[in-house]
Amino acid sequence: MSTVTHDHDTAHHGEHHHHAPSGLKRWLYTTNHKDIGTLYLLFALTMFFIGGAMAMVIRAELFQPGLQLVQADFFNQMTTVHGLIMVFGAVMPAFTGLANWLIPMMIGAPDMALPRMNNWSFWILPFAFAILLASLFMEGGGPGFGWTFYAPLSTKYSGDSTALFVFSVHIMGISSIMGAINVIVTIFNLRAPGMTWMKMPLFVWTWLITAFLLIAVMPVLAGTVTMVLTDKYFGTSFFDAAGGGDPVLFQHIFWFFGHPEVYIMILPAFGIVSSIVPTFARKPLFGYASMVYATSSIALLSFLVWAHHMFTTGMPVFAELFFMYCTMLIAVPTGVKVFNWVATMWKGAMTFEVPMMFALAFIVLFTIGGFSGLMLAITPADFQYHDTYFVVAHFHYVLVTGAIFSIIAAAYYWLPKWTGHMYDETLGQWHFWCSLISVNMLFFPMHFVGLAGMPRRIPDYALQFADFNAFISIGGFAFGLSQLLFVWVLVKCIKGGEKATDQVWEGAEGLEWTLSSPPPYHSFTTPPEVK
Amino acid sequence: MAKTSRYRCSLLSLLFVEMASAAEMPLNMTQGVTDISQQVYHLHMTIFYICCAIGLVVFGAMFWAILHHRKAKGVQPAQFHESTRVEILWTAIPVFILIIMAIPATKTLIAMEDTTDAEVTVLVTGSQWKWHYKYLDYPVEFYSLLATPQKQINNKIAKGENYLLEVDRPLVIPTGKKVRFLTTSDDVIHSWWVPAFAVKKDANPGFINESWAKVNEPGIYRGQCAELCGKDHGFMPVVVVAKEPAEFDAWIKEQADIQAKAKAAEQELLAMNMTMDEAMALGEKTYLGYCAACHQAGGGGLPGAFPALKGSKMATTAEGKAAHIDIVLNGKAGTAMQAFGKQLTMQEIAAVITYERNAWDNNTGDLIQAADIHAAKTGKKE
Repeated sequence: MSTVTHDHDTAHHGEHHHHAPSGLKRWLYTTNHKDIGTLYLLFALTMFFIGGAMAMVIRAELFQPGLQLVQADFFNQMTTVHGLIMVFGAVMPAFTGLANWLIPMMIGAPDMALPRMNNWSFWILPFAFAILLASLFMEGGGPGFGWTFYAPLSTKYSGDSTALFVFSVHIMGISSIMGAINVIVTIFNLRAPGMTWMKMPLFVWTWLITAFLLIAVMPVLAGTVTMVLTDKYFGTSFFDAAGGGDPVLFQHIFWFFGHPEVYIMILPAFGIVSSIVPTFARKPLFGYASMVYATSSIALLSFLVWAHHMFTTGMPVFAELFFMYCTMLIAVPTGVKVFNWVATMWKGAMTFEVPMMFALAFIVLFTIGGFSGLMLAITPADFQYHDTYFVVAHFHYVLVTGAIFSIIAAAYYWLPKWTGHMYDETLGQWHFWCSLISVNMLFFPMHFVGLAGMPRRIPDYALQFADFNAFISIGGFAFGLSQLLFVWVLVKCIKGGEKATDQVWEGAEGLEWTLSSPPPYHSFTTPPEVK
Repeated sequence: MAKTSRYRCSLLSLLFVEMASAAEMPLNMTQGVTDISQQVYHLHMTIFYICCAIGLVVFGAMFWAILHHRKAKGVQPAQFHESTRVEILWTAIPVFILIIMAIPATKTLIAMEDTTDAEVTVLVTGSQWKWHYKYLDYPVEFYSLLATPQKQINNKIAKGENYLLEVDRPLVIPTGKKVRFLTTSDDVIHSWWVPAFAVKKDANPGFINESWAKVNEPGIYRGQCAELCGKDHGFMPVVVVAKEPAEFDAWIKEQADIQAKAKAAEQELLAMNMTMDEAMALGEKTYLGYCAACHQAGGGGLPGAFPALKGSKMATTAEGKAAHIDIVLNGKAGTAMQAFGKQLTMQEIAAVITYERNAWDNNTGDLIQAADIHAAKTGKKE
């Protein structure tokens, strides 16, 4: 990328520029928010394809009944590592990458507040995933207990790859916490004069709340994996009834992290969609304040619903009722968000460039994932849905057509700003339509397969599920191939293309659009005045 | 690329050959055969229709806007962006809908969790990768294992009608009576699920969970383990046969007799010696049913996960013999190796150890008899 060459037209002295090393060292030593953002985004894209390749192995094995390509234990490793890579390697780093690129430009700051920590929080990530991926080549294979690593399957009954898994999760957690601290410090301290809390762009707001969630729950995850490690290797019995522990305790702790984690992966997506929809509707966001309040309520509620992942573990009926009611409540602020987006479009003057298409698909498909979430909240019905493909359909609707579609939308939306070139609109539309059709072929039939009784995480299934699974696999392969189009668009846009204006989009508003395209190396060297 | 075309071919063959079976998969949740499962089904449909209605309104408005409020039509964008009244309205309406929904859900849930006054109680114990059923009111207990042959799973022979959903010995319960299931586990967490009863309860090691069903219609009901429990999680089905109470009573009496006789016969068997051929034949059968899932049919195990028996010190040396008998009888704490002492007869254990010490070039020539196992068992107790 050539962003570094564009800053001599501004008045500053460009000290960093003169001393900046070139080549590999430039990327290793960089403390620049744009460089680090780029690194995060490219890393996430790489992980997306590695995790995706594992999904292809899963879908190939499930194409027909019987065991054809892989054995059951390797299948379990694929589902486990696919989940870990997509959650911790693809979605979370992609959002952190977007935060790095956008937050300083949106609040009128020169860079992130803690640039050296920023460098460190990225550069430990490749090691975390190298450790995780290397564990697949150990004797006995990698972790095969699901990304949720329920004890005692992950303690007494797991292989030694568990130790590598634990250390790699620790590193990912440290990286996330450092990223979150950086976001909070930047937003608290580096806002341009006049940018009061209620004038911050929603992407900044949602990321601020996400960062607090991260700081609250990543240590809980660290605690969980540490307990798994000591149970396995050092004779503790946190999760072993024989020593006075409780395997269900594991699930309580894990999901106390895990449920806020779900919102960590969707709140920034709300911020992205809240940026894109007003731009292409050419109309201000409807209900800005209620959007902020809704996001905060979702974040608070996320700490009160964890046990809805565990309705079948055998809880007192009052606990089940409490978690059912709280979970149903989440539908309210989430609904408010969707209604506000629709109201933003209402009586606007819409155009349908690729970012808008992905944002619209997000609204519809994420809402479908929300509906199945509401169904899952009904405890008696959850007994039937739990651990079936209905759940797989649900969380892929919120994570793939939710989180990942929003990340793709964000990439198309800000790519002209980042590179200074327009992306290829025709190719982008092809990418959108191929993705939209194939993703629904992939995940929609899973609702039916789940309702018909197919459990998740099985390498082989009864014959009645055969036709649907073949169809789902074809959807999966098509979705995987469609993402190659995305890479093509990205490469083409980075290499060149029509020159982008500073404003880029007719209806775009916000400080980042006042900068040149591509923006100067140190975004705002003198703070802009926000009225 | 070659692979892709093979998939395409097999897809075509699937579409044409198995068109008939395509109709068999229900597209919705089962209504089941208990009053509770019917209620669950109706809750599922109610919340589904509510979602559809909300979806219709929201997506309807959204697509109306997409069609009519587009720049291509030359419209000027309005600039309104706030309305407290509207915000309150679309916060209050969903709350109201949710309260309406929560009422029947609460009623059903409380009924589901009321396990009092059960007439029959079955202790369901999961272990890697089978179920054990023990009737607390009758002297009957047994293991229930996947009955689908390995050859069907490995695509060597055609798959049967109930592929992966069939067991050697199903659980039998009476219709019209409240049957309570106590669920627990010997190793990792499993989940006992019968969709037709709307019963899915985790089997947690060291703890006992309760659930119940009052089945209205006799029949065979199939389900599966629902919680990832290791390698063969996909291969531990649940089959429950519901019989009329009279038939159930006859069946349970017959089973109690058979099990009592088998216990008595075991004492006699102790005195009988198997020949090497008999022991190897019974041993192979037992090995493939109980041991091969982990240690593999060829005895090679899975390096790093399950140790090899072929050429292992324990299975090939004279010093290892006592330890060999002990580990099969009592399992090994902290590993997936279970205690088979209560799962298999002494004769079967003797045969399987004989098999393991002689198959796959282990050739120790050791012939273990039921009496040896008995000695090991009782010696332990003293």
